[in-house]
Amino acid sequence: MRRSSIRTALAAACGLLAVTEVQAGAQGLVYVSNEKSDTISVLDPAQDHRLVATIEACGRPRDMEWDPTKRFIYVACADDSEIGIIDVEKGEQVDAIPYIEEPEAFEFDHAFKRLFVSNEEDAALSVVDLESREVIAWIETGEEPEGVLVTPDDKQIWVTSEASNLVHVIDGETYEVLADIPVGTRPRRFAMTPDGREIWVSAELAGKVDIIDARTFEVIDSISFLPQGFRPEQVTPVDVLITKDGKRAYVALGRANHVAVVDVEKREVIKYILAGNRVWGLTLTKDEKILYAANGLSDDVSIIDTETLTNVQSVPVGQIPYKVLVRE
Amino acid sequence: MRTLALVLALLLAVASGAAEAQRARAPRPTLVVGYLGLEDDPRWQRWETYANLELREAMDPVDGARVAMRDARIVGRVLKVKFVLEVRRAKDLDGLRAAFEELTEGGARFFLLDLPAETLSAFVAPYRDREVVFLNVSAMEDELRGEKCQANVLHVIPSFRMLADALSQYLAHKGWHRILLLQGPDPQDARIAEVFTISARRFGNEVVEVRRFLPTRDPRAREQNNVRLLTTGVEYDVVFVADHRGEFGRRVPYATVLPRPVVSLPDHGPTIGLVPSAWHWASERFGSPQLNQRFERQVEHRRRMRDADFAAWAAVRQLLEAMMKAKRTDFAAVREALLAPDARLDVYKGVPANFRPWDRQMRQPIVLGTHNAVITYAPLPQFLHQRNVLDTLGVDEPNTACRL
Repeated sequence: MRRSSIRTALAAACGLLAVTEVQAGAQGLVYVSNEKSDTISVLDPAQDHRLVATIEACGRPRDMEWDPTKRFIYVACADDSEIGIIDVEKGEQVDAIPYIEEPEAFEFDHAFKRLFVSNEEDAALSVVDLESREVIAWIETGEEPEGVLVTPDDKQIWVTSEASNLVHVIDGETYEVLADIPVGTRPRRFAMTPDGREIWVSAELAGKVDIIDARTFEVIDSISFLPQGFRPEQVTPVDVLITKDGKRAYVALGRANHVAVVDVEKREVIKYILAGNRVWGLTLTKDEKILYAANGLSDDVSIIDTETLTNVQSVPVGQIPYKVLVRE
Repeated sequence: MRTLALVLALLLAVASGAAEAQRARAPRPTLVVGYLGLEDDPRWQRWETYANLELREAMDPVDGARVAMRDARIVGRVLKVKFVLEVRRAKDLDGLRAAFEELTEGGARFFLLDLPAETLSAFVAPYRDREVVFLNVSAMEDELRGEKCQANVLHVIPSFRMLADALSQYLAHKGWHRILLLQGPDPQDARIAEVFTISARRFGNEVVEVRRFLPTRDPRAREQNNVRLLTTGVEYDVVFVADHRGEFGRRVPYATVLPRPVVSLPDHGPTIGLVPSAWHWASERFGSPQLNQRFERQVEHRRRMRDADFAAWAAVRQLLEAMMKAKRTDFAAVREALLAPDARLDVYKGVPANFRPWDRQMRQPIVLGTHNAVITYAPLPQFLHQRNVLDTLGVDEPNTACRL
């Protein structure tokens, strides 16, 4: 733990004040991990997305996922080398899975028995048994593994290696490496089309998204981005989402400060929506009417109306917001 | 906590490694990357001054290459080869040649050269027509990319001129156009002063006066050893110190008559004020903390990553990337991929790097920083270029003296 006691006390005091107004764990609230503040900001959409609470988290919180009950948030804390477990109803971290070296992104299997986490330091993907909390497998990847995707049948785990420009496909049972697929420079995140045929992966320094055939493991196409007025090197895509009907994709373009809206079938950009500085983490609400976009260098979250495709509001949060979750 | 996790990870690695060994019983062919350097290279010794004050800790750029070699495990898995880094250090040119012949006989075609400029140019000259590629990771002298250039010598470390241009861009951008240049007695100080003066002119800055300093306390030479006297009687916006030893220069900031910033151009040595560099340990952007942490964890004594470490790391990364691109490891294919104009190596400085076709210099952003902070990255957005903004740093195609 690296926090100063003054900061902790201050934040705790603020947290307490806020919690008396709105339950930190009420339904419909929005949670944002702040990588540099070591906190999770809680926003209330019913109150114009006002900041209603700030939860103290472990050091350098980045990726977050819900447990199946949506009472607990699992959060990857790189500086403390643990996965923190936050009880949103109590508004505090109640537990942690320790000894996970510098976790960045992670996913659960669909039975909520295993956790797959990329370890930047070890250049590996760890498989953690959620009950015993032990690392049950450890698979060598390229340097700086990052985005993780578990196929809906849990049969494959896909992981990017940012520094090796590879996507690794790992067998979900034997943990054998099925393929190492060369992709564009600095691959970051995945999205799968709902029919399971295509895996999209963002290549941050290539300024594009590569589309991989999920059966042949070949890169079959790629989509480049360039909002007006930006230079190609400013286009640094990170997060990518595909809607449930498989028709539309959203790609956060990093330092190009826009979110690209893509027609999935035509593989064409429909629109660029202005967001904040270095937009990266994307989350849709369940009804897919609102898209939340975390802006890493302007310390705020953009709220995008997906019907009009406009940025309707920006809400300040903590420092270096990374990931957004919605409790619904 | 870390130790426990490491032990656990190692145990698991052994277990999963056994399974992997079974799967890949067939031995993979070995691909040797050579590393040639000098024994006790003075550039990497601990830099000490009077009373044992350490101005720079000892280093060895091979550490950077080793960090990149860890990545070679996975690239090797994809290409079904096993990468090996063979490090040879020799006392002199003859020793270097013997090591080179030994490694080429063993099949090595790619060599990192960690040599001072004069040794480097003497060493590579007879191998002009050999089917090898040399990657220069530590000599910054511009003539190696100019009149002494050679088609099979690639320069990963930036040239002095690239560093000087980065600094000049920053001074021009700030409106600090008038420069007082303080120059030391060493020939290397004169070289640094010259390259900076040419660069200043390119960006519309002006060296208003050159004053020579001497590292002495002799009162008869006070015009040349007293910073107050050296910086008075002339108008300037900034002071540039050409002092590759750094011993005199470290006392110039805050000692000038006018309250002006001090800048310099280090030659792997101590830094004075704001300096341009290939790499910075305190860079917080473009993923560089990850590389810095990886380096600090892997080297002994957790020392910080410096320019030559970075260049050695980038040289190995360039090779691996070229092999991945070519999807094979034979010399011609890798050489072509290495020199491809559309190659994009991520060097953790925001803009991808590749080699200039006219002088084989790796284009790359330059970091402008102080002893503990990055101030900005060059090229600055205000400086544009008709083809590639990175070519605002260093000798551009129309001006090159290189004939390949």
